[in-house]
Amino acid sequence: MFKTVRMTVNGKAVELAVDERESLTDTLRERLGLTSVKKGCEVGECGACTVLIDGVSKNSCIYLTVWADGHEIITVEGIRGKNGLLHPVQQAFVDEAAIQCGFCTPGLILTGVELVNSGKKYSRAELRERISGHLCRCTGYENILRALEKVVGSESD
Amino acid sequence: MSSISQSVRKLDHLAKASGAAKYVEDIVLDDMLYGKIVRSTVAHGKIRSIRLPDMPEGYSAVTAADIPGVNNVHIVQDDHPVFSGGEVNYIGEAILMIVGPDKRQVAKFARATEVEYDLLETCFDPKKSDTTFYEYGYEEGDWREAFAEADEVIDEEIFSAHQEHAYMEVQGLIGDYRNGKLTVRGSMQCPFYVHMAVTAVMGMKPEDVNVIADETGGGFGGKEDYPSILGSQVGVASYKVGKPVKCVFDRREDITCTSKRHPAFMRYRIAIKDGKMTAVDADILYDGGGYTTLSMVVLQRGLIGALGIYKFPSYRVHGKAVKTHTVPNGAFRGFGGPQTFFAMELMMNHAARKLGKDPLELRKEYCAKQGDMSPTHGVYHFDIPIPAMLDQLAEASDYHRKVKAYRNQTGRYRRGIGVSSVYHGCGFTGAGERDLIKGVFKLHKRADDTVEILAAAVDMGQGVKTTFRKIAANVLGLPEDRVIIVNPDTARVPNSGPTVASRSIMVVGKLIERAAKRLKAEWKPGEDQLITEKYVHPDFMIPWDLATFSGDPYPDSSWSTNIVEVEVDTMLGLTKILNAWGCYDVGTVIDENIVIGQMEGGLLQSLGHGGIELINYDQSGRIRNNSLSDYIVPTALDVPSLHVMFHKSEYFNGPFGAKAAGELPNVGGSASYIGALECALETDLYQTPFSTEDTMELLEGRRNG
Repeated sequence: MFKTVRMTVNGKAVELAVDERESLTDTLRERLGLTSVKKGCEVGECGACTVLIDGVSKNSCIYLTVWADGHEIITVEGIRGKNGLLHPVQQAFVDEAAIQCGFCTPGLILTGVELVNSGKKYSRAELRERISGHLCRCTGYENILRALEKVVGSESD
Repeated sequence: MSSISQSVRKLDHLAKASGAAKYVEDIVLDDMLYGKIVRSTVAHGKIRSIRLPDMPEGYSAVTAADIPGVNNVHIVQDDHPVFSGGEVNYIGEAILMIVGPDKRQVAKFARATEVEYDLLETCFDPKKSDTTFYEYGYEEGDWREAFAEADEVIDEEIFSAHQEHAYMEVQGLIGDYRNGKLTVRGSMQCPFYVHMAVTAVMGMKPEDVNVIADETGGGFGGKEDYPSILGSQVGVASYKVGKPVKCVFDRREDITCTSKRHPAFMRYRIAIKDGKMTAVDADILYDGGGYTTLSMVVLQRGLIGALGIYKFPSYRVHGKAVKTHTVPNGAFRGFGGPQTFFAMELMMNHAARKLGKDPLELRKEYCAKQGDMSPTHGVYHFDIPIPAMLDQLAEASDYHRKVKAYRNQTGRYRRGIGVSSVYHGCGFTGAGERDLIKGVFKLHKRADDTVEILAAAVDMGQGVKTTFRKIAANVLGLPEDRVIIVNPDTARVPNSGPTVASRSIMVVGKLIERAAKRLKAEWKPGEDQLITEKYVHPDFMIPWDLATFSGDPYPDSSWSTNIVEVEVDTMLGLTKILNAWGCYDVGTVIDENIVIGQMEGGLLQSLGHGGIELINYDQSGRIRNNSLSDYIVPTALDVPSLHVMFHKSEYFNGPFGAKAAGELPNVGGSASYIGALECALETDLYQTPFSTEDTMELLEGRRNG
């Protein structure tokens, strides 16, 4: 069964007829070309497909597109400033070399954006908790934590 | 700190942070079809019949009958089929590929394909295998006599289990055959390995096959040999249907059918006479899985490192890799080294307890020295900094105080501290660089005075594009943005060798340095210049001879010491890592951020293999936990802050003094973790991983007397 879905994706209104069974990951990647949304497991285990839905980070691979009707979706393609500058979280990841193979990066950056938007500051222990839904096999998480601390950390080095 | 060590912005960071980087799953070619592989559901059998479902026009099945060349994938030997020729040797072995325009339909038809088998006898226990793939050994001195005279013999079997790479990007490739030419592209470590394998499978001329490495989302050895198999499969598929065919695995498929770290059963005997270790006898057994793939060289590296960093008066090392009906085991960061080093490191702990010595001090006492004969009758040509590195870590971790404090603990929470000291031999094992790889590198200066690096190395996250560029720019005295490096394709770049064995910086980086020096000397502004450099085997090395298993297997080693501190909850069996330190000697650090990232990531992977990463086979030879919910890799909550430091050295034959880095941190982490558990639980342990369940079993055994 196809259903019409109206949502906002990276600030633009989108209207699509989608199969009820389609995941938001597939819709974003295959229909809208937003390939920053990565497929690492497709069952909600790894966090690579994380997007912001009304500002909240969610695994888009276990989120049906029909549920997104009326909601606002943000992917990494949509977080740059109007002047084209990197978002502060992106900049921190670049500055702290928090990226190795890059596959977990877009999802982690979006979780970082969510933290920035909360207006709060986070300890390293809290940051570990907040990113624990993202698997990274390259880094040991240290440089990712350093990057996030730069933007939302409560303990300055 | 050398100026080249100062970190620069990584070349690929903007693309990766902005989501613009294209991995194989992101690439869509015109008219592209999708492939899904039908795989064996039995561990050993002969295929009796295959029944395909009714498929509409545009869908087809690609089988062994469609292979234009040979049905063997060249890895080291040529025994792994592209598609099964009738017999299957592990669950997950490829039988055929369903190809068509709609991914979901393709998957549906693959599921609906019925294969019937005549079952054959299976073997899952390497100790009972009747097929030995490879067998080597070496010895020194009268070790038999030493055991005969010994006051005491420690005789133990140490086990190191499978480990899954769990790179975040699963395996995937595209085959694109048109007009008599084939392009294979996607996620891989070694474009020229794929090129060689695919050329033979397709029966094509080498110049008609092009292999392109796209952004690669992690490798760790898992994308060393496997893409040669998948590349052959998509190549044949595209040849049959005349359109590009993409095949990207899902996670369960990836864990089911791609290589793992070899499980190893390692029986070690140590002879003790008058309070000294006088001989070691090691019998090593590696589980190769269903086909030989890379077992030959993995076993060699394992055996070379079987005595660790230590010097013993006499010894015998013997080992073999055997066949079982499980997924072929292959390259995994450390390449056979982590298993034997783990065993030797545990034996050192156990010997220390027997001898009433501290494990860290015992390591210093037996550590080999520069100028000593190496176990394989080569020579340690350079300084072995392990004692100094152990002292450095002991101080940083407050080791000596903690070891005392953690004796005779009572109560629910008990702490332990463990240590390891290991090396990783730099570059290819044995004479591989000289006889097999023969790396060629080119530096192309264009008329606009920009310089392009032409090498086959793949950046799979280790930052090799950035570090290569840094080496060239530093030698040439050019701003980094005047030096260009893009993902390799075999039609454009020379074969500088595979991205394996921690060889890229030390071996290829050296060629870059030499080429850049020449270009600088011969620089002609505004002119096109091409500089070619070829691998030169270091003349100080004692030639490696595989037949006698003797000589210098590596020009130099990188050195690593680890200390790990844990706390065991004896009520729940849970182990928490409180601290982990690593001190590393990788020669000159080419970019501090990059190498620290490598050390931290590698250490965490090794710690994962110490406690939580466990592959679980059932009695039919099926991997039960083929998902990331059930195969647990560490999250940010499973690890404390990692403390990485470096021991300064310079390797004269590496660029700017650099040697191997990438695999080193994956060698000693699990041994120090298990050592910490031994300290906390006040017992000898014999395996990695040692899980929560294992801890519970041990504690319950104690409670029940």
